[in-house]
Amino acid sequence: MKILVALKQVPARDSLFKVDAAGRWIDTADLSYEINEPDAYALESGLRLKEQHGGEVVALCAGPEGAASAIREALAKGADRAIHIQDDNLLAYDSLSLGRMLAAAARAEAPDLILTGLQSDDIGSGQTGVILAEVLGLPHATIIMDIEVHDGALRVKRELEDGWFQHVALPRPAVLTVQSGSSKLRYATLMGIKKAKTKEIKVVSAPELGVAPEAGAVLERLSLPERTKRTVLLEGTPEQQAAALVEKLKHEVRAL
Amino acid sequence: MSGILVVAELTAQGGLHKLSLETLAAAQAMDAPVSAVVFGQNAGEAAARLARYRLEKVFALDHELLAQYTADGATAALDWLIERVQPELVLFPHTYQARDYAPKLATRRGRVLVSDVIAIQKQAQAIVLRRQLFQGKLAGDYRPAPGMVFASLQAGAWRADALIPGETPIETLTPELAAAEIRQQPEAPFRESSREVDLSAAPLIVAVGRGIKEESNLELARELAGVLGAELAASRPVCDNGWLPMERQVGSSGQTVAPKLYLALGISGAIQHLVGMKGSQCIVAINKDPDAPIFEVADYGIVGDLFEVVPALIAEAAKAKS
Ligand SMILES: Cc1cc2nc3c(=O)[nH]c(=O)nc-3n(C[C@H](O)[C@H](O)[C@H](O)COP(=O)(O)OP(=O)(O)OC[C@H]3O[C@@H](n4cnc5c(N)ncnc54)[C@H](O)[C@@H]3O)c2cc1C
Ligand SMILES: Nc1ncnc2c1ncn2[C@@H]1O[C@H](COP(=O)(O)O)[C@@H](O)[C@H]1O
Repeated sequence: MKILVALKQVPARDSLFKVDAAGRWIDTADLSYEINEPDAYALESGLRLKEQHGGEVVALCAGPEGAASAIREALAKGADRAIHIQDDNLLAYDSLSLGRMLAAAARAEAPDLILTGLQSDDIGSGQTGVILAEVLGLPHATIIMDIEVHDGALRVKRELEDGWFQHVALPRPAVLTVQSGSSKLRYATLMGIKKAKTKEIKVVSAPELGVAPEAGAVLERLSLPERTKRTVLLEGTPEQQAAALVEKLKHEVRAL
Repeated sequence: MSGILVVAELTAQGGLHKLSLETLAAAQAMDAPVSAVVFGQNAGEAAARLARYRLEKVFALDHELLAQYTADGATAALDWLIERVQPELVLFPHTYQARDYAPKLATRRGRVLVSDVIAIQKQAQAIVLRRQLFQGKLAGDYRPAPGMVFASLQAGAWRADALIPGETPIETLTPELAAAEIRQQPEAPFRESSREVDLSAAPLIVAVGRGIKEESNLELARELAGVLGAELAASRPVCDNGWLPMERQVGSSGQTVAPKLYLALGISGAIQHLVGMKGSQCIVAINKDPDAPIFEVADYGIVGDLFEVVPALIAEAAKAKS
């Protein structure tokens, strides 16, 4: 089974984000990056399916040159090879043209299964996998916690709201968007890191794939959110803060 | 092309998803004719509920192939209606179901969906859609290109009690659907093993997030919960790591709670967490990041390192109790 895993490199979660001078994006100086969290779970699911059913895991990532570190991490964890759509200005693409770009690369591979994360931590549109499926004419299912492979078909466990789940059967090839927490993530081993250096990373560009950015709706302005609630901040040393809070809990909240 | 079409959501039990009404309220506030659609088999009751508000029309899309929700069925049925109605704006509630089909529907129409929108601004002829980025830490403005606009709206961003009542005619339609175009076969929804803790009944909750860093540090939160007599809850990553069982997860995929006190330790306040706890009577947040979105809903906040604040808090609370 050939499994394609779409992964995105995003700024590390704990970063302190500042809007850049133009008000268009975040200030990227001093940022460190990581694989988008649900994508790490998508990769994990892909690797497990390969271990059970054989085949190949191909990582697909669109991003600037620096995204190569995310790709190498995926290879070190066990992906067999990777495709890097190198583009320095992903922000110019609306969600549809980004989906078309990934679809063009995916089409050439004709995979049996495409896995994406359900949502990116930076843009967070939560759409790319579904768009990819529609562009490729494939069936899809979203917010996936578990994947079973049967002859020519899939049975997946979807997460619904409020703690409900549902199994859905669908034919292959298909696109699944994977939820965090679906399995325990592996670490890259030293051996894996060494092997990764010999694995193929195919670098392509959007023009080579025959796609161009479109601006159906792109980010025009980025800002700090307006704060409407007046939180009472308790100041001082940790001891003073704790004492002030206990005071509030006792006399105002009556929780003690 | 004219008017707004609101896509309401039918629950598995045949009711109306409550976010549908918030979406309807957002549309009514926009000063354009609004219609609503609900799809499914026997959507009559839900359509009747929508018809109690001031709208142009309520469409009930009825078809045996829509008896159970599927992304393929929803996309085909709504695409069929949109082709007939030609709205200039299509609004969805940003539910898990809309996440599943709305991007597909917009793509089928060659359009971009702006998802999880928190504000809509009219600027001259155009509209500007605001949505959260970086898990609520920043806000971004999107201006859709001319043509049909698709947007899904975040839970809690509009108030359903602002809805204007009225009496709206219902039109029941049978969309053209073929069994072969529906590729997903859904089974009945289920819940994991019976829940042993009912967090929704707990008066006091201490909730931990990724800021707790390691499983062994949970002891600290447990101790605090102990002195306060509170139940322990968590954000998703803590449960994902297996540090606490899923049944203690608060949020859109977990439990919805409304205790007297919700004390959040090292939780950033992503919307999927907030929807599960923002109805709490008093929210206290301890977080080292003063810009963490959790402070948007907190009544009391301590900006600081939880590993310094919590031990002090345990000592103070113990003192106050004795
Ligand atoms: C479809 C979907 C469903 C989801 N369902 C849920 C759900 O049901 N429940 C849920 O919770 N999430 C859910 N999520 C995930 C959600 O989007 C967030 O990723 C998650 O809530 C983040 O958890 P967190 O706040 O613990 O972690 P983070 O966002 O990583 O925040 C950690 C916080 O800890 C603070 N911190 C770090 N160290 C310290 C310290 N020493 N002292 C004090 N503070 C510190 C940081 O400043 C930060 O604010 C869902 C996501 C999706 C896409
Ligand atoms: N630039 C990208 N390269 C590869 N995969 C991506 C990219 N952007 C988004 N994806 C995939 O699509 C998922 C959803 O992203 P989004 O629609 O931005 O929330 C991510 O979790 C990734 O799996």
